[in-house]
Amino acid sequence: MTIKTAFCAASALALATAGGAFADSHTTTLTIATVNNGDMVRMQGLTEDFTAKNPDIALEWVTLEENVLRQRVTQDIAANGGQFDVMTIGTYEVPIWGAQDWLVSLNDLPAEWDADDILPAMRGGLTVDGELYAAPFYGESSMVMYRKDLMEAAGMEMPDAPTWDDIKAAAEAMTDKDAEVYGICLRGKAGWGENMAFLSAMANSYGARWFDEEWKPQFDTDAWNATLTDYLELMNNYGPPGASTNGFNENLSLFQQGKCGMWIDATVAASFVTNPQDSTVADQVGFALAPDNGLGKRGNWLWAWSLAIPAGSDSVDAAKKFVAWATSKEYTALVAENEGWANVPPGTRTSLYENEAYTSAAPFAEMTLNSINSADPKNPAVDPVPYTGVQFVAIPEFAGIATQVGQEFSAALAGQQTAEEALEKAQALTTDEMEAAGY
Amino acid sequence: MATKASRSAARLMMAPAVVLLLGWMLVPLCMTLYFSFKKYLPLRGGDLGWVGFDNYVRFFSSSAFWPSVQATLVIVGGVLAITVVFGILLAILLDQPMWGQGIVRILVIAPFFVMPTVSALVWKNMFMDPVNGLFAHLWKFFGATPVEWLSQASMTSLIIIVAWQWLPFATLILLTAIQSLDSEQLEAAEMDGAPALSRFGYITLPHLSRAITVVVLIQTIFLLSIFAEIFVTTQGSFGTRTLTYLVYQRVLESQNVGLGSAGGIFAVILANIIAIFLMRIVGKNLDA
Repeated sequence: MTIKTAFCAASALALATAGGAFADSHTTTLTIATVNNGDMVRMQGLTEDFTAKNPDIALEWVTLEENVLRQRVTQDIAANGGQFDVMTIGTYEVPIWGAQDWLVSLNDLPAEWDADDILPAMRGGLTVDGELYAAPFYGESSMVMYRKDLMEAAGMEMPDAPTWDDIKAAAEAMTDKDAEVYGICLRGKAGWGENMAFLSAMANSYGARWFDEEWKPQFDTDAWNATLTDYLELMNNYGPPGASTNGFNENLSLFQQGKCGMWIDATVAASFVTNPQDSTVADQVGFALAPDNGLGKRGNWLWAWSLAIPAGSDSVDAAKKFVAWATSKEYTALVAENEGWANVPPGTRTSLYENEAYTSAAPFAEMTLNSINSADPKNPAVDPVPYTGVQFVAIPEFAGIATQVGQEFSAALAGQQTAEEALEKAQALTTDEMEAAGY
Repeated sequence: MATKASRSAARLMMAPAVVLLLGWMLVPLCMTLYFSFKKYLPLRGGDLGWVGFDNYVRFFSSSAFWPSVQATLVIVGGVLAITVVFGILLAILLDQPMWGQGIVRILVIAPFFVMPTVSALVWKNMFMDPVNGLFAHLWKFFGATPVEWLSQASMTSLIIIVAWQWLPFATLILLTAIQSLDSEQLEAAEMDGAPALSRFGYITLPHLSRAITVVVLIQTIFLLSIFAEIFVTTQGSFGTRTLTYLVYQRVLESQNVGLGSAGGIFAVILANIIAIFLMRIVGKNLDA
């Protein structure tokens, strides 16, 4: 190599490096991990609005199915991989990860983001020791969806805030097994996010809880016995066949086909069962709050898909700008302008429910808001608990434990064991796992 | 004839491939072994130090261990029995001259191309669903109460689903074997007055023994790690939690990598015991 060529090569290299550095100083690329739900996919379509306002920030999307996303972000955050700058996570992860200092505090988001506008229940679920660790993108609770025509035919009326006795009476009146109409459809499929989400929320309204303040499992209490016994009776007498393998999707399909008199599940389902293109009973659906037992707690849950910034991110400021944009009032208005008010992400801000354009476009808006507001993740049960979470317990071991407990309850629903046997096994396996985890 | 130098050169050139292949196989196995001796909880701070054989003892002594081994063996045994028996019958049937033979063969083989998740979903929602399923309608047509397949007969249902997927594989291998059977031998036996059943028992079946061995060995290897069908249909409930599913639950749902890795090593040991056992009993056929 002559001196001349060496010089040329060195100059080229220097230019390239300088060019790279120059480019770096002007553009930050954010890698965003998100779930492939409709609202999130819509957000990707609208990001031009963000990049136009922030020309120095480029966005890279990693869109994954819920379970895969959960595994990927969990691995990344636990190993401090720094692969993502913004993560979509649920209310289960936020308290655990926040307590481990794995997430960046969002207390200093700009004033116009208006943190006070976030629904108190949502803020409570995403806050650890006074620090907000994630911004809710959309939120949900659960409520009763019922067939108005069947109730009318039975000569009954569903109160806005029913008790479990009301539900039992309505289920009995609406059941017509010969016509394949079942009074009530509930989740029976085993899983911490399936039957246990419903049963944990139901147990709250019966005065039961997962753990006492010393973290001792509570399945040996009368309250849990009453919860499971009533659930099994409801399902065995008025539920559809094969309920022990029915989850959210199966019940949605049954309800849309007109085979369920009632369905107690996520508020997000309201728009699916009232959509005439998918539902044969779209114009006959009524809504009510999840039932209670007069003990001060309702059997509804609370969930939010939220955006959080992992502590390992090296573009925290840019990430905060993005999170503030995606969860702002302006973003909601942007979606409304492009897709109509019925399609805005629900369940996170008070101002949305004060907006007439929205409340008139979504007939289930009021009930959704009331359901969300009646859930308190800090005090989910009648008695005090040491954990955060309404339909889950925000500790790392919960997913594993609850899925196994869910399998015992599912087996009880299938008639393979009694409620007492299922509770006994649940108590034993939870005690074992908690001891092994060092509680 | 290769010289000493050319042999060395050949070894040198092969070395990268050998190292790569060995690494590919050994690294995951060694990592599993390494983690199985550690208390590794990703959501509780990650690596919490060495624990010796604690994970093995906990996995082995947990109430879920033996039922999961039993479930694994029942599924493998059930599917093998169905696929071998029906595989032989179908192979004999498909070997007969008939109109549209090519199309029939393709149709019989088709299930093998369906992804396990898809086939499990189809079976669960379209056939076995107690309200909307085809079987439910069939049962109701005859005035019977529909069977709640996945909860009341969970193991049988799973075996049916998996066997449906693997039957084409067995049929294909056995059909190839049947086609290589010397027809003159069968004709001679027929002329000597041997009835059909004897011809099958004394000529066809012994001829098929090597193919059956191949089917049993290959299927066993794949069936031991069956997962998608359980995940989609029962999620391990109603006694369908196999060893693979238990390992999945320990690692991903309970976020306990150490305990799950110990389970993984148990699964490897179990697979090897079964493989050795099978090789001894049926593998002899392969020597002939």
